[in-house]
This record gives sequence, C-alpha cells and structure tokens, in this order.
Amino acid sequence: MKRRRILATVAMLAAGTGLVACSSDEGGSDASNCTNTITKQNVPVVTMWGWYPNTQLVVDNFNKQHDDVQVCWTNVGQGSDEYDKFQTAISAGTGAPDVIMVEADRIPTFQIQGALVDIKQYGFDAVKANYSEGAWKDVSVGDKVYGVPVDGGPVAMIYRKDIFDKYKITPPKTWAEYEQAAQKVKDAGGPLFGDLGANVPALTMALQIQKGASPFTYDPAQPKAIGVKLNDQASKDVLDYWGGLAKKGLVGTQNQFTPEYISGVINGNYATYISAAWAPGYLTGAGVGKGQDTGKFAVAPLPQWDPANPVQVNWGGSAFSVTKQAKKPELAAKVAYGLYADKESLTDGWTNQIIFPLNLTALKDPALVDLKVAFFNGQQANKEVYLPAAEAYKGVAYAPFGQYYLDAMEKQVSEIIKGSVTGSQAADRLQEDVAKYAKEQGFTVQ
Amino acid sequence: MTSLTEKRAPRTQPETRKIRGKVHLREHLMGWLFVGPFGIVFLAFLIAPLAYALYLSLFQKKLIGGTSFVLFDNYVKAFTDPSFLSGAWFVIRFSLVSIPLQIVLALALALILDSVTTLFARFSRLMIFLPYAIPTVIGAVMWGFLYSRGFGPLTDIFGLFGATAPDFLSSDLIFYGLLNVVTWQWAGYYMIILYAALQGVDPTLYEAARMDGAGRWQIATRIKIPLIAPALILILVFSLIGTLQFFNEPQILRYLAAGAIGSDFTPNMYAYQQAFSLANFNYGSAISFALGGLVFICVYAFLFFTRKRRSFL
Repeated sequence: MKRRRILATVAMLAAGTGLVACSSDEGGSDASNCTNTITKQNVPVVTMWGWYPNTQLVVDNFNKQHDDVQVCWTNVGQGSDEYDKFQTAISAGTGAPDVIMVEADRIPTFQIQGALVDIKQYGFDAVKANYSEGAWKDVSVGDKVYGVPVDGGPVAMIYRKDIFDKYKITPPKTWAEYEQAAQKVKDAGGPLFGDLGANVPALTMALQIQKGASPFTYDPAQPKAIGVKLNDQASKDVLDYWGGLAKKGLVGTQNQFTPEYISGVINGNYATYISAAWAPGYLTGAGVGKGQDTGKFAVAPLPQWDPANPVQVNWGGSAFSVTKQAKKPELAAKVAYGLYADKESLTDGWTNQIIFPLNLTALKDPALVDLKVAFFNGQQANKEVYLPAAEAYKGVAYAPFGQYYLDAMEKQVSEIIKGSVTGSQAADRLQEDVAKYAKEQGFTVQ
Repeated sequence: MTSLTEKRAPRTQPETRKIRGKVHLREHLMGWLFVGPFGIVFLAFLIAPLAYALYLSLFQKKLIGGTSFVLFDNYVKAFTDPSFLSGAWFVIRFSLVSIPLQIVLALALALILDSVTTLFARFSRLMIFLPYAIPTVIGAVMWGFLYSRGFGPLTDIFGLFGATAPDFLSSDLIFYGLLNVVTWQWAGYYMIILYAALQGVDPTLYEAARMDGAGRWQIATRIKIPLIAPALILILVFSLIGTLQFFNEPQILRYLAAGAIGSDFTPNMYAYQQAFSLANFNYGSAISFALGGLVFICVYAFLFFTRKRRSFL
C-alpha cells in the first residue's frame, strides 16, 4: 500500500512538471527555432518574421556581413496570416518577434496599439537619403517613423500579348478603352478580360484612389478624430465600373492567388491582370510563365480615368518594423535598417521581380533601369512602366483600423460579385459599416 | 458509462463500512490523488479558459479609450448583429438538412453491412469509414480541388454530355458543396458507431422474430432500430454539436470559393475573425458564449423531445 502511494505521488509530480514544462514555452519569439542557420556563436540574436520568397538569402547575407548581431528568421505566413499572429502576440503581450515585415498600409493599425517602436532615434539620419520622401511618408505616422521601406508596388496592367495580338487590340490607355477592348474580345468569343477579386481589397482601394478617392484622413496629433469617406463619387464610380464589367461577363470574379486563379492565368483565361510590380515574382513562384505560357506576358501602364491628368497608385510593398516587444530596440533597429538593404540581396530581389525596391541606389542602378525582364519576354518593364509609375506615386494616408476596413471591403466586393448590390450601394454600406466601427472604437467620425 | 460504475459501487460498500476511520481517510486521500491529475488538467484546460472567456466577454476594449466593464453589452450586440444572426441561422439550417441526411445514410449502410457477412462487406465497411480517417483539412482541400472549374474533373465529366458543370463553390451552391463534404466525412463514422451497436444486439432476438414470421424489413424496423436508438441519439447529439460549431470546412474552402464564404459565414468563424484578426477578444468571447448558449438550447430541446430513450446519459 505504502509503495503504491509513493508511486502515485511520483506519477502526480511527474504529471505536474509536465504541465509546467508546457507552459514555459514562449512560442513565436523563441530564438532557438530559426528557419535559417546561425553560424556565429555568442552574438546577440534578433528574431524576425517575414515572407519574401528570397528571405533565406537576405538573412544569410545580413548574417555574413555582421559580427555584432545575427538574425533569426521565421516565416509565419504571408500577409493576413502573419498579421493575425502578430495581432494575437500584441494582445497577449508576448510572443512577437523583434523585427517584423509589414505592408505599409498596416503600420498605422499596429502603431495605434502601441505595438511598434519609433526608430527615428536609432540611426535614421544615416539612411534617410537612401529612400524617397514618399517612401518614408508611407511608413510614418505623423513625424514618427515606424518602419524601414523595402519594396513598393507600383500598379500596372500585365497582359497576354498572344491574346491581344489574336483579337487585334492595343493596350487600353483609359478605363473606357479597357471596357471597349473587353467587349470586343468577348464579342469575338475570347477569354475574360480581367478579374475582380474579392480577396484583394487593397487593390480595389488603390483603384478608387486613382480616381480621386481619399478614404481616410487622420492626423496623429488629434488621435480621436478620423475622417472616413468611402462613398464619395469617385469610390462609387470605381465600384460601379468593376461591378458593371463583372455583370456583363467581361471580367471574372475569381479570388486571386488561389490555385483556381493561377491555373486560369496560365491557361490564358484572363487577357489582363491589374497588379503590382511584385506580381511577376509571385506568379513565377506559382508556376506561371514557365510552360505553355512562356514569354506570352507583357506589361503596360495602368489605364487612366483622365489621360490628361494621369494618376499612379500603389498596391502592397512592405517594410521592416521594430516591435515594442523587442528587448533591445536599438539592435533590432539596426537589423531593420540593414536587412534587405545590401546590394546583393536587392539585386537578387529585383532581377527575380520579387520586389520593386525603394532603395534609391538600387533604383538608379542602370542594370535595374535597363533590365530586360524575362517574364515579360525581354521587355524593359522597369524603364517603360514601373519606374515612371513609382516616381509619380504620391503616397496615401492609411486607416488606423486597416484590418477592419479591408475585411469590410472584401465583404462588399463579394456582395457586388453575387449581384446583390450595385457598386454604389456597396460603397454606401461600406461607409456605414466602417463609420459605425470607428465610433465603436471611440473615434469621432468626420 | 456512469450507470456501470453506479451499479458496482454498492457491492463494495458493505465491506468498507466495517473498517471506517483511518483506512477510510486514507482511501479518501488515495481517491483524490488518483483524480488529481485529471482534475488539474480539467481545471487548467477547460474550466479556467471558460471562466476567462466569460470574464473577457463582459468587457469592451476600444482603440481610443481603453478597456471598460460593460456587463452584457457584448451579448446584446451579438444578438442584434446581422453577421452573428445570419451565421447562426445558416448553421441551424445546415443542421436541419445535413444531420438527417447523414443519419439516414449511416443507418442504412449499417443495417446493410450488419445483414451481409461476406468479405466484400468487410471491405466496404473499411472504405465507407475511410473518409473519417482523412484529416478534415485535407478532406476539405481535396474537395475544393474536385469542385474546381479550372482543373477539377467535374468540368470534363459534364463536358462529355455537353453540359456545364455546377459550381459548388459559388454562393448559390456552396450549401450543397459543404453538405457533400460533411456527409462524405462523417457518415462513415456514424455508420461504425451504429454498426457496433448492432453487433451488440442479441441474435436470438432475430431468431425469435423469424419464428414469429417477421421478414427482414420488419426485423430491421421493429427490432434493430429500436434497440440501437440510444446510439442513434448519441450520434445525433454529436452531430448537432459539431454542426453548430461548423468551422474547419468553410474556413478552408473560403480561399477557393470566391466570395461565397465570408469571414462571418458561421458563428465560430466570426468569433475567430473578431478575436484573432481584429484583436477584439471581448466580442469574440461573447460570440463564443452566445454560440455555446445556442448549442445548449438546441441539444436540450432535442434531448427533451427524445427523453424516453435517453439511456446513454
């Protein structure tokens, strides 16, 4: 009996320690499970999350060039997947990395929660001249800087040269011409002309901004007040335009970046793809432009509403930010400034069209300017399209509740696709929805 | 389960009654020691999170103004929130269609397999059960590809007859698309439970029935089904709870079904979005509890109406 009791006690204690062992695991911010291998020992380590397709190379380059700090990288998912994890870590107060890759439009969302560090004090002046003012504006809130720009997403019209040749059309210069061309291809029994994807709300926003919409006005000096203007005429017009194209069967309504969509792109089911400069790299990674569709793609500037006053827009593009949970913010800032800023990494990025760099040294590199892009069958895409588009881009003020806004936009675009609302109605609903949320969150909506 | 232990307990009692006192105390202690590991896990991983979620659901956190105690405001909001209500209505509608379908299918298969004892029957049993062995996520992804118009087989099959394939990922047909995935995955599992219950029925009953002139059909409807009624009710409750908490399949198919599945498609998905995407843990907890309440009401109502046969509880 006695021995049994001892056994039981031992078993219980063992179970107890097992539980304790479980709870001491800190998860995401742990430096012991990096995707990359750190070769230098006894050097302080900074943890980082990111999803560039060539992050491994970028991190290795950084680690090779630095003896005072090493980067431990984890890929926790692309876009929303990463933001959800980061958001949870913010709420939990633990588990975030020291440095995180974020798209510029999310910075205000995390900044307002006090999750990011102003890195102006940690060597900003030394790298200030490496980026344009517009690039810095996109990663700043007020006069504080919350990220180091890496890449931008000037938007252009990628198109299938073979389809354009077959139906004898030239790249449309205006959105009116775009619709005419789409009708022409459809009447001749051709494929869809483009795609209205519900899951790319940031692109839809960019297209609205092109027509003159300015969704949010926010001054961090007055954090309680926010201007929400999602149903002005420009916003309505753009949603009506795309809703109309979808209704007439001129464009598809497939979610983008899905296997379904990619297979459609490869098969030539879409004559055009309105997308950002980083798209070719991601499409190549997904298998586009490698088989039957090799060399069939070309790129032209984004169609305009008013060709006399062209407006260029941006979709995506990202930065490295330092999180509040970083134990050594200065060291983390050093990583944020230095990562993906060396020539070797940048060159790898832009030759494979994984990034359209914002680093001015890279942008002025004649090799980048004159690059004959393989995906576009040797077209000098940077010189002809992307560089002018990037130069003309003016920057945007993003919402401090970007996640909610983009989710709500996705929902409304889905409704347009279903045909249950028109574009104008969707814009009105979106305005109502987002304004209500802003009020719930304690803002005064103007 | 509990009925078994209850029956055994009185048998040991007269023996222990004689030697009370020290031994009794010691046994008491031993009992707690044995319950301890389970108790700790139960408290730490079930009761504590539930209590914490309940606590969270009574607060509201704003981007401007911080956290404040709001009592039941989040619940009031949930029950007037069209997203939550439409999600709840969807899972109720889905339960009403999918559960009877699955149960009838599982019951029919179990009855057939019970009366046939060839090698083929054993093989079929395994094959019907197999979908349950495939993880939900993989099953959902697989069906997503099968439904795909771009590279799924449906387009080709319907093309042979010159017809257009139905798009099970469109907003009109997603209900049936999901219905098929769920039935495919769970009918086999329910079939196994019913089959096991049928195996437990005393075969002499069938013999007696045959002597009295009962046919196969009569044996099935008058003897087999009434005798496995407790198992039927068990799987009904399982499937009711599971379906009301619908999450995995729509969450996976979301990425393949363009716009047909929103982030508020089911209450669980909505709670997930609120908590982990919008950092609104308070409202997410409230939705979870509201859904818990809904599940409780539905299950209670169901058990109330079938209370005569409730011998498994």
